[in-house]
Amino acid sequence: MTAEKTTDNLPRILVVDDELAIRRFLHMVLSSEEFSLYEAENGHAGLAAAAAFRPDVILLDLGLPDLDGIEVIKRIREWSPVPIIVLSVREHENDKVSALDAGADDYLTKPFGVGELLARIRAALRRSLLEIPEPLFISNDLQVDLGSRRVTVNEFDISLTPTEYDILRFLVTHAGKVLTHGQILKQVWGMTNLEQPHVLRVNISNLRRKIESDPSRPQHIITEPGVGYRLR
Amino acid sequence: MLEAARLRKKDGRDVVVGYVESHGRSETDALLDGLELLSRKEVNYLGVALPEIDLDAILSRKPQIVLVDELAHSNAPGSRHEKRWQDVEEILEAGIDVYTTVNIQHFESLNDVVTQITGIIVRETVPDRLLDLAFEIKLIDIPPEDLLQRLNEGKVYIPDQAAKAIEKFFRPGNLMALRELSLRRTAARVDDQMRAYMETQSIAGPWPTAERLMVCVSGSPYSEKLIRATCRLAEELKAQWFTVYIETPVGGRHMRENRERIWQNLRLAEGLGAQVASVTATDVTDAVMEYASRHNITKIVMGKPKKPRWREIFQPPVVDRIIRRSGAVDVVIVNFEQEKNAAASNVPKRRSPFEARGYAASLLLVAAATVLCELLRPFLEATNMVMFYLLAVVIASVRLGRKPAIASAFMGVLAFDFFFVPPRMTFVVADTQYLMTFLGLFVVGVVISTLVARARERAEVMRDREVQTASLYYLSRDLAASANIDAVLKAVLRNVEEALNAQVVIMLPEGERLDILATSDGLTLDMKEQAVADWAFRNSHPAGRATDTLVSADLIYLPLQTPSSVLGVMGVKLENQHAYHSRENRRLLDAFATQAAMAMERIRFSRQAEHAQILQARENLERALLNSISHDLRTPLVSVTGVLYSLKEEGTHLSDRARRELLDSACSEAERLNRFVGNLLDMTRIEAGAIRLNVELCDIQDLVGCALAVVEQRIGSRPVEIQLPDDLPLVFMDLVLMTQVLVNILDNAHKYAPAESTIEVSATTDNDWLSLEVADRGTGVPEHDLKRVFDKFYRIPIPEGADGTGLGLSICKGIVEAHGGRISAENRTGGGLRIVIALPIAKTGELNHDS
Repeated sequence: MTAEKTTDNLPRILVVDDELAIRRFLHMVLSSEEFSLYEAENGHAGLAAAAAFRPDVILLDLGLPDLDGIEVIKRIREWSPVPIIVLSVREHENDKVSALDAGADDYLTKPFGVGELLARIRAALRRSLLEIPEPLFISNDLQVDLGSRRVTVNEFDISLTPTEYDILRFLVTHAGKVLTHGQILKQVWGMTNLEQPHVLRVNISNLRRKIESDPSRPQHIITEPGVGYRLR
Repeated sequence: MLEAARLRKKDGRDVVVGYVESHGRSETDALLDGLELLSRKEVNYLGVALPEIDLDAILSRKPQIVLVDELAHSNAPGSRHEKRWQDVEEILEAGIDVYTTVNIQHFESLNDVVTQITGIIVRETVPDRLLDLAFEIKLIDIPPEDLLQRLNEGKVYIPDQAAKAIEKFFRPGNLMALRELSLRRTAARVDDQMRAYMETQSIAGPWPTAERLMVCVSGSPYSEKLIRATCRLAEELKAQWFTVYIETPVGGRHMRENRERIWQNLRLAEGLGAQVASVTATDVTDAVMEYASRHNITKIVMGKPKKPRWREIFQPPVVDRIIRRSGAVDVVIVNFEQEKNAAASNVPKRRSPFEARGYAASLLLVAAATVLCELLRPFLEATNMVMFYLLAVVIASVRLGRKPAIASAFMGVLAFDFFFVPPRMTFVVADTQYLMTFLGLFVVGVVISTLVARARERAEVMRDREVQTASLYYLSRDLAASANIDAVLKAVLRNVEEALNAQVVIMLPEGERLDILATSDGLTLDMKEQAVADWAFRNSHPAGRATDTLVSADLIYLPLQTPSSVLGVMGVKLENQHAYHSRENRRLLDAFATQAAMAMERIRFSRQAEHAQILQARENLERALLNSISHDLRTPLVSVTGVLYSLKEEGTHLSDRARRELLDSACSEAERLNRFVGNLLDMTRIEAGAIRLNVELCDIQDLVGCALAVVEQRIGSRPVEIQLPDDLPLVFMDLVLMTQVLVNILDNAHKYAPAESTIEVSATTDNDWLSLEVADRGTGVPEHDLKRVFDKFYRIPIPEGADGTGLGLSICKGIVEAHGGRISAENRTGGGLRIVIALPIAKTGELNHDS
């Protein structure tokens, strides 16, 4: 479902956070840019606002007073695929994973920089606007052609195992967005239980060795510790 | 008293009647009407129910004022206290005011004067100190004629039994004298009050002379009178007075009984307000004069010599000697009537169980001497045979005691006369020179036996005292070695049991009650005994056997008392029933109790000191922590707010570059604050044991990559060299936490190494461990501090001063150790620090190449 644009053409962002300071900050940052901003201070208000204003991106705080953030995500996901970016604090990786598994698209750890925030918002908007994923992915020296199943780094062809390619393809189709271990495992291996997560790690490690110029300082496949991976 | 009470009640005070006996007098009954009467206690004594004051009822009712008639009354046996004035003392201590009545003859210090006046010995007395305590004394003065009229009208209560005595008592002459005594006593008290008032107002006045009186006591029954007389004199002269007991080696017969009497006399003197002292000396006169000069005595009070004149031949009376030596000190000679049996107090006379046997033995000795002499008669002159009899006397006095020895002297003389002095076999003496021999034998016998008996008594006393001192010493020694309460209790129990041949129980307060904490074998206390112990504890006063409170108890209870508090109660049951009254035993028991109390207090204090120390140390640490944290939290905030303020105020004046620099610094400081808060949180979680590891098999390369991603902005252009072998196994770890560890270490290396030097990250494995190393080219750490690097708040000392919290590495340690790993630091050759993290390799951690 494509997002509908409003008459004034600005993408709509809904911020659901109970802390006034955060809302004020986001208001300052976002409404001056190319977005129009809506605010809700608790879960129920957020659900109502989501239904009323049909935002293009939702920024959802996990620590809401009335409803569990996960619960909010589930309810929204019942009727809308709108991108949801979760705002969380550090050390709560489990919460992030649960949120992502429940349907959130990405997360930001407080305190976050504005640059990162805007990047994620734009990426989410871009993804949601696309009907079909682009066949060609280019990022610096990496080029992935999904149509012809060809991966090149600095114009050099890279030979990947089928599993490695599947992983990379999955990452590319969700480029910029974080994917949990569980999601990748399910997509590539069809596993629903995480019996052997190391198989993923091993493959990622091999992938990195093949496509990263310095596998110890990956530029493309970024580990989100405790959560999953993200292709930048 | 009743009228005064009614007035108070009208004023609104809470007045109750504790004990007023109207004896059917209508006047009294009328006055009692309207006042709250507390019930009396009925004490059964010999089948008769005697009404007494109900002390507990008064104490629990807690009125403001209670009326207690007849202060000098003696309570029936079985009551808590012997005397009613002791009951009143307890009531006063509970904070309740008391109205009471007393007659002039009940004053302790006036007791013998009254006896002198009336010829009647009054046994019920009240100590003067209690009367002096009184807030107000009201003299009910009535002319003798009026009193006699009241008597005739039946308004004065007379118990039937005492009718005759009272008749004698109520003679006009007596009444007049007693009235004068009352007036004088009251006047003296008013005088005291006036003097006190003058003192507080600093009114100059005719101050009394600074007289100081001294009186000596002995075991003589006259001592008591002397003491009372001195007391009266001291009051008249407004002088301080001292009572001294001079102990000489001469001793005298009945030394034990003497000591009892002396003790009682000293107690009396103290009760009357004297300062008592005991002095050991060889010569009485010397001792008296020495004491007098040392204490600036102005008058020595002595009694008139009572001994018959002929005794004075041998020894001038003490009075004379002292008068001669008195110098500048006055000597006051006091007279008193001889009293027949008054002072023969209930001192148990020591019975010698061997008396009959002693005489028999001495007879035997004399017989033996006689036989011996008979055998030697052909060879010895009669006069020489006396020696054998002398020998017999000496043996008798050494072995048998004084009386048998004298008996043997006497028998020896007779035997000698009968068997060996011509004409033999008769008591007739031919040569009168033998009379001298008889006399000599007899005198020598008496003298020797006396000397020996005295010496033996002395030795016994010394031995007893030595035993006592020894037992005290053992107790002190044991107590000094005790490190806790149990040891103290055991030591006390053991020592008291041994020293006094007794059973002991020690009770300490547990909450509201007293609990038995230690007891001798076989000793149990019933409810009654426990109540007595309880009383002793609450009132800090000995109770039970041989005391003046609750004397019907089985044991004697002594409070374990220190100057600051009462710690408990020690109950003692002596094997020998008579031993309860012995002064030495009481003294020893008191000493034991004091020692035990002090030892317990010592332990309590040392434990308190320990706690205080621990608390102090903890407080210090907490304070240091808070200071450090508050400083570290504030410092970045200062930068941030400073930058923001200057941007706010000066924003427009600043160049772009300046503005950007300010903003950069604010950003990095804010991030630093964020990291610090994160560190704090980590630290508290580690401390609380709340670290939960989400372990998974992870790739070390992944770990390094994540850590570098976090720090790359901070370390800027500094080169980081990474050497990771390709075949590193996967390791079980919590990636998030280990990233934090590596980040902290990298931050550390960055902070302490010069800007352009390289940080090296490498990993190696051996069979069980994977070692991850981070090495820098900084200043390193002083050798002795290497171990402390991972302590909380330790900062590596660098000349420029350290910033940062010192928490980073300790967090690393906490996390690594939670993984079952180890972290260590060492200095590199060539300078710099190397930190090594060793993590256990999982058994199944082989690389699993999947296809």
